[in-house]
Amino acid sequence: MPPRPDPTGPGVTPVLQVEDLSVLLGGLPVLRGISLTVGVGEAVALLGGNGSGKSTLVRSALGLLPAERGTVTLFGQPLASFHSWSRVGYVPQRSTAPASGATVAEVVSSGRLALRRIFFPRTAKDRAAVRDALDLVGLGSRAKSDVRELSGGQQQRVLIARALVGDPDLLVLDEPTAGVDLEHQRVLADVVTRRVDAGLAVIVVLHEVGPLTPLIDRAVVLRDGRVVAQGSLAEIDHSRHTHVSHPSTGHELSEPERPPGLLDGAVEP
Amino acid sequence: MIDILGYPFMQRALLAALLTGVIAPAIGTYIVQRRLSLLGDGLGHVAIAGVGLALLTGQAPVPWAVAVCVTGAVAVEVLRQRGKATGDVGLAILFYGGLAAGVLMSGIAGAGAAALSQYLFGSLTTVTETDLLVIAVLAVLVLVPTLGLAPQLFAVSTDEEFARTQGLRTSAYNIAIVVLAAVTVTLAMRTVGLLLVSALMVVPVAAAQNLVRGFYAALVAAMAVGTTVTVGGAVGSFYLDTPPGALIVVLAIGVFALSWPYSALIARRRRVAPVLPELVDDDTLTVHQKVPEEHPHRHGPDCEHAEIRHGDHIDYVHEGHRHAVHGDHYDEH
Repeated sequence: MPPRPDPTGPGVTPVLQVEDLSVLLGGLPVLRGISLTVGVGEAVALLGGNGSGKSTLVRSALGLLPAERGTVTLFGQPLASFHSWSRVGYVPQRSTAPASGATVAEVVSSGRLALRRIFFPRTAKDRAAVRDALDLVGLGSRAKSDVRELSGGQQQRVLIARALVGDPDLLVLDEPTAGVDLEHQRVLADVVTRRVDAGLAVIVVLHEVGPLTPLIDRAVVLRDGRVVAQGSLAEIDHSRHTHVSHPSTGHELSEPERPPGLLDGAVEP
Repeated sequence: MIDILGYPFMQRALLAALLTGVIAPAIGTYIVQRRLSLLGDGLGHVAIAGVGLALLTGQAPVPWAVAVCVTGAVAVEVLRQRGKATGDVGLAILFYGGLAAGVLMSGIAGAGAAALSQYLFGSLTTVTETDLLVIAVLAVLVLVPTLGLAPQLFAVSTDEEFARTQGLRTSAYNIAIVVLAAVTVTLAMRTVGLLLVSALMVVPVAAAQNLVRGFYAALVAAMAVGTTVTVGGAVGSFYLDTPPGALIVVLAIGVFALSWPYSALIARRRRVAPVLPELVDDDTLTVHQKVPEEHPHRHGPDCEHAEIRHGDHIDYVHEGHRHAVHGDHYDEH
């Protein structure tokens, strides 16, 4: 594996900088003053139980939820004046009902919209990018299939292709492994790892680290809208065995010695 | 057919029908995608207030209907975006308020329900040259953004949050969709009428989604179905002496009814053939005593057998072993 660029090197603008971010949902505080910096080419996992605020953090970092307090800076630009959206690839939580009647290629093409001008048709470059992205996730032969014909794991790969088709510098994945069987999780880990090696920064919200473990440079554990632990997966795993102060965060972390994926509900062949 | 085209009123009727048949399903594609199939119906009610206002003030109905309907559509969408009107109740008040106000105003104008009925049910054969011109201008105004912004509107109406992370101003696009729908509703009020216009925005789209695969293919197919049924309905009602709006909608539903079994047939053929089954070594699952065993039904999401995801397909648990549907039979997995 080639060495990754130093994410904290001098003069390097962080990909994402969140400072003292507080978010209310339905009047209730979900994030309480979170700060997080993600450097170039860095892969950060956000871990925590349901309601810990990890999804809210990535969604408000992308401007999908309004912040009550705090600042978000993407590639050195405050969120409000950030326009280089082609540098961001977002994989939302997979909805249970995919878009009715769209083909795989049509869904993936949406990932090029930040690069396209309105009223202009797709270019040959756009089409080639869609083909490449589908090949990357191993769905090159399914371009013309209706997304509803695909399995859950394949649909997840379509969403990842859509996020990567614009060649972003930051990939944000919200629970990409939920409901995806181990085989597809490995494909996903493989695809993302290859792009991280090429300098892509990744923020991934996870319930279970699973096959993504080797990818993660740093894990951030959230609880009740606050960061309660931060460090390498090994450090966090260690601290959770030695400190009893955060017992409720522990069960969300994957233990390296346990075969990953066993507790995520997937039935293996 | 020749004698039909000999009548100038029928020429205008056919052109108006054609334009409606192109436009309504085009914008309807996004409406259906956003699961707002009944929006057109509600906007039709609001447009009635515009017609009533025009009757009361003695002016041309179409511009007033457009103005009132667009205003109502924007109000609905802005309220929805701010989370103030959570669908149902706010919409119901606006829509029935529009209907009541329209009937009330036309009553005060002394025109009564009869004057309204040509807008409620359409009045294709009384379309004037001025009407036709207005319809044509509105049709172009709707069609250019509907087709030109198709990639953006597709993204916004299928996955709004993702569209925002592509830098699209989704609230503007969403308002554009309802404004285009509002203009379409008023444009169609002379052809199919305000009470049936929603059918023309939804039914050809539903039929097209059964007939073809893919969003853009369905958009084009919906326009083709729409054109066929509006022109067919206009011609048919000339010979059968029936109300054209009603015949158009009945034809559209007929096409949908025919598309249904076709789609079921195609869906069956398209079902993913499983990849070569791996040999499964699983204690809990037994191997068949007799292969192939008789099986009374075809496994599917509707059968009572438990589903297990197996790689990229679904297996169905049958008496302790697993069946994977493969073409017209099943494989043992």
